[in-house]
Amino acid sequence: MEEEAAEDYHERCVQCSEVNWGLTDGGRFYCRTCHNVIERTREVVNTDVISNTRVQTISKGLRKQEKNDEGWEWYVCEGFQFVLRKQAEALEALGVCPQMKDEILCNFWRRYLQKSQQAYCNRPAGEAIKVLSGCDSSTDLDSEPERPSLLHLLSLSESDGDLLTDCSFGSSIGKVSESTSVCSGSVDGSLHLMKNQKDKLRMSMPVTLSFCYLALLWLREPMTLSDLLRFVVEGHIPYLNVFQCFPEKMKLYGLDLKIFCVESWPVYEEVYNKMLQLAAFLELPRFPDITDSCFLHPDMLCMKYLMEANLPDELHNWTCRVVKKIHIGEADFLTFEPGNKSTRKVKYDVLAAAVIVVVLKLLFLLDDHYEWLLSDFAEERNKNNKEDGPYFEFKKWCKVIKSSLDVEQKKLDEERAKYLWRCEKPLFYSAKKKSKVLKRRQIVVNLQNQFGKLSGSVQPAEKPNPSSFQLNWSEENTDGSCFHGHSLKGILQEKCGLLTAINPDYWLCTVKLCTEKLCGHLAHYRELDFPQSYHFVLRLFSFLLRIQPSYIHEEVCVIEHKLFNKKLYKKPK
Amino acid sequence: MDSLMERAAPCPAAQAGSVLLPALHLPLLPPHLYRPATSHEHKLNFRKSKEACLTYIQDAMLQKQWKRAAEFLTFYIESLEKDFSTEYMGPSEMIWRIGTEILCHHSYSSMKDFNSFIEQMKTLGVKRYLKVCLEHAFHLLCNGQTDEAYQNLSLAESWRFGEQTTAQDKELKLIQAYRGLLDYYSWSKQKNVLLEYDKEGFEDLSVEQEMHSSFRKAAVNLKEIIQIPGVWDVFVKCYVDLLEFYGDHDEARQVLSEYAYNSKFPANPNAHVYFYQFLKRHGEPKKSLISVLKILHDIVPSHELMIDFNTMLQKSKKRKKRRLGLEVIFAALDYAGWKENVKAWSCLARQVKQIIISEKHLDWIKQEWNSRKDWWPAFHFSRYLAKRNWQENESLAYEKALVAGILLGKDCKYFKYVSHQGCKDQKKRLRTLKKFVNKHSPVYLRISGLSDSSVQT
Repeated sequence: MEEEAAEDYHERCVQCSEVNWGLTDGGRFYCRTCHNVIERTREVVNTDVISNTRVQTISKGLRKQEKNDEGWEWYVCEGFQFVLRKQAEALEALGVCPQMKDEILCNFWRRYLQKSQQAYCNRPAGEAIKVLSGCDSSTDLDSEPERPSLLHLLSLSESDGDLLTDCSFGSSIGKVSESTSVCSGSVDGSLHLMKNQKDKLRMSMPVTLSFCYLALLWLREPMTLSDLLRFVVEGHIPYLNVFQCFPEKMKLYGLDLKIFCVESWPVYEEVYNKMLQLAAFLELPRFPDITDSCFLHPDMLCMKYLMEANLPDELHNWTCRVVKKIHIGEADFLTFEPGNKSTRKVKYDVLAAAVIVVVLKLLFLLDDHYEWLLSDFAEERNKNNKEDGPYFEFKKWCKVIKSSLDVEQKKLDEERAKYLWRCEKPLFYSAKKKSKVLKRRQIVVNLQNQFGKLSGSVQPAEKPNPSSFQLNWSEENTDGSCFHGHSLKGILQEKCGLLTAINPDYWLCTVKLCTEKLCGHLAHYRELDFPQSYHFVLRLFSFLLRIQPSYIHEEVCVIEHKLFNKKLYKKPK
Repeated sequence: MDSLMERAAPCPAAQAGSVLLPALHLPLLPPHLYRPATSHEHKLNFRKSKEACLTYIQDAMLQKQWKRAAEFLTFYIESLEKDFSTEYMGPSEMIWRIGTEILCHHSYSSMKDFNSFIEQMKTLGVKRYLKVCLEHAFHLLCNGQTDEAYQNLSLAESWRFGEQTTAQDKELKLIQAYRGLLDYYSWSKQKNVLLEYDKEGFEDLSVEQEMHSSFRKAAVNLKEIIQIPGVWDVFVKCYVDLLEFYGDHDEARQVLSEYAYNSKFPANPNAHVYFYQFLKRHGEPKKSLISVLKILHDIVPSHELMIDFNTMLQKSKKRKKRRLGLEVIFAALDYAGWKENVKAWSCLARQVKQIIISEKHLDWIKQEWNSRKDWWPAFHFSRYLAKRNWQENESLAYEKALVAGILLGKDCKYFKYVSHQGCKDQKKRLRTLKKFVNKHSPVYLRISGLSDSSVQT
């Protein structure tokens, strides 16, 4: 192959005017006739645009096959890029607008590479040499443009000139010594884990989801973070074992496993916080406005959650009133502005759920007493009057929700216990362990087959179709388990032409909010300290959003404090 | 020491204390601890998922839902592959045990499945290799595959795996012992064959030779294991049987007495039982039999041999022994298992009757009764029990009624009920009983301690 490359070079030798080129072991061109070694190397011939050696090392790394056929040299960021691409494709398949992958996510990623000085930046002086010193210099010349680098797999459109203009593949991938590259398949695995990145944001698997969420948010896609994470767990978005789809030659072992192997599901708070950090790190501008026509607007989300929680449609009127009263429906409040540190960032899903909880507290008090009183009254009325639509009975609602929730929770728990974490592709720390790992894998497969046959049930059920609804209530059901059309008449009264709640009281979840900076939360939740009805409602939303009840509780506290701001902070006369 | 005393004692003068006490150095608090730890209740990871899976398996097994258990086990198995983390989960033993249990009970599993499962388990954990082999052999035995079990044990015996072999020394001894047991089993089969032949007047030298070779193989291994302190009932019995068959009584006696009396061995009632039975078989004097049973009485006062013990003691001429006999039978009847045992009650009735007729040693009864008078009436002599005993077993009721009549007087519920019923049926036996009790009714007063005071007043 190299001989061919040398033959493609038809310039005459400066010393003897012959055209008889060969390649030295070092990869340089030499004249076979007079043994004159010239400065020319093959890259320079073929790649006129990119004059940076770093690019050559990266691309060369990928292209270079080691003699023992172990795999390519590849970099951790390439692995993550691959993961991101897979995730973006999956999101696209779920119906997210195609712009997301090629424009938004790709842009964010490039910006990340640039900001973290892994690519698209001025190479820090002298660093390339250090990088090169670790590599086998004989192959530096070997550059074949026909096989696209992974970095090109994300279709980079030519129009993104501003990023490419002063692009040079600078890298902070400093000292890659032979010894470190031994214990990982990637070139910079150890460096990736070692780096103490105070000002930089280290890539990790949860951060890939932060990337996805940022892109979704930028496009104002109708998908909340809790939806995204649920889709991940349900297997609609690649996350666990995503390295399975890495190209054959991208070998994963040693420290790579720590980077790419996931042993736990993404946690809402973690992904959210990383998202905030990431947005700040990328210095992203203000995101497109969240207006009342957006899915993420609390009025919209409340509608969705009211439906899912099987609550009367009439309640939407009340959530909208709360949203309006405390100005949390305004674009300035809702829109994500990474640079602005003074505003509290919004978790759209948690906010909407909390608004519903507050409305329920406003109307039903949820003190384990008043709501039952109202419910008894409604029940009595429904018994006597079957002609008009039924009044909403809180007790009946609780019963219906509880049984449904218990069933779903049980299903979920079993699914969690039955989750298979390992994939076909065997993983091992080092070549030494390979045979042992393969043997184990074989035993596991055998045993799984043996007991699978005894289990009676067929292989794990098909993954459910992706749906933004987890609980479905339809008015067509004749068993009366759907409360959407039920009326709130029993609990409202007319005052001066305005419907108000009969309930005259309210209780605050907390009198004083904590300082978020000090203890990480604005409020804290202990189930025992609160009425059971309140906990039940929290549990319902905690199930729907797959987050802890305390997160919703915290948001409830914040909303209450906004709502009762004047009364709470009234100066004593 | 002094300084310790000083610090421990409450300081009389605060000043002195502050001088003596060194300043307290607080440990460094890492920055992340300034914040309270966030809870990760909802964080699901590999480990938690597998733990949950295990819980489901256990629940299913407890409810004998073997299919469901197998289903969850299918998902648990991959915890074996946890090799790129440093945490140790130790699931392979779990899988071995659970898998064995499921395969034993599941209706669709065959012996072939079981064997292939066990073979995999053997390769999975060398640290447990011999244990797995041993249990495999047990399972084969339970399924009547004696030859396969024997093969398995022989194979396991020759297993060599560096240090692991020495580490599993105990298991190896057990394997050898069980192989010895199987040798004993074939010995006894051959012996029976020969005995049959003997009856019919045949002779078969080859079977005889085989039998002797089985004996040698069994004897070596059995002798080996019973020297190690432990509970080896089955091995000891077989070994003694071998020895007795070949007439080596001294050795057998030695083995049994060692097994019963060596203090290094754990307390084991059976050791004394075997020794007693051996001595009885060989017509040893009563004295030595009694001394063996005395120990058994101390360990297990409710043992069934206590009847024999009591009978032996009752017949004794020595007062002390008869006294012990009474103690033994009273103690046995303290246990619910003896409640309806006619033999035990008749022993007691006989001895009580004897004492009363001889009018000596009433204080023995009194002493025994003292600690029981609070609870025996409800435990043994309630009206309900009288009714039931009478219906189910009349002679039991008679024996008990006699004892009750003497211990509690003729007005007690048990006696009254039985005598009333007996009158109706005009039982002869009852009349003698009534007569006896009536005649000796003052005894009750003396036993219950009432008489002393009544005499004085």
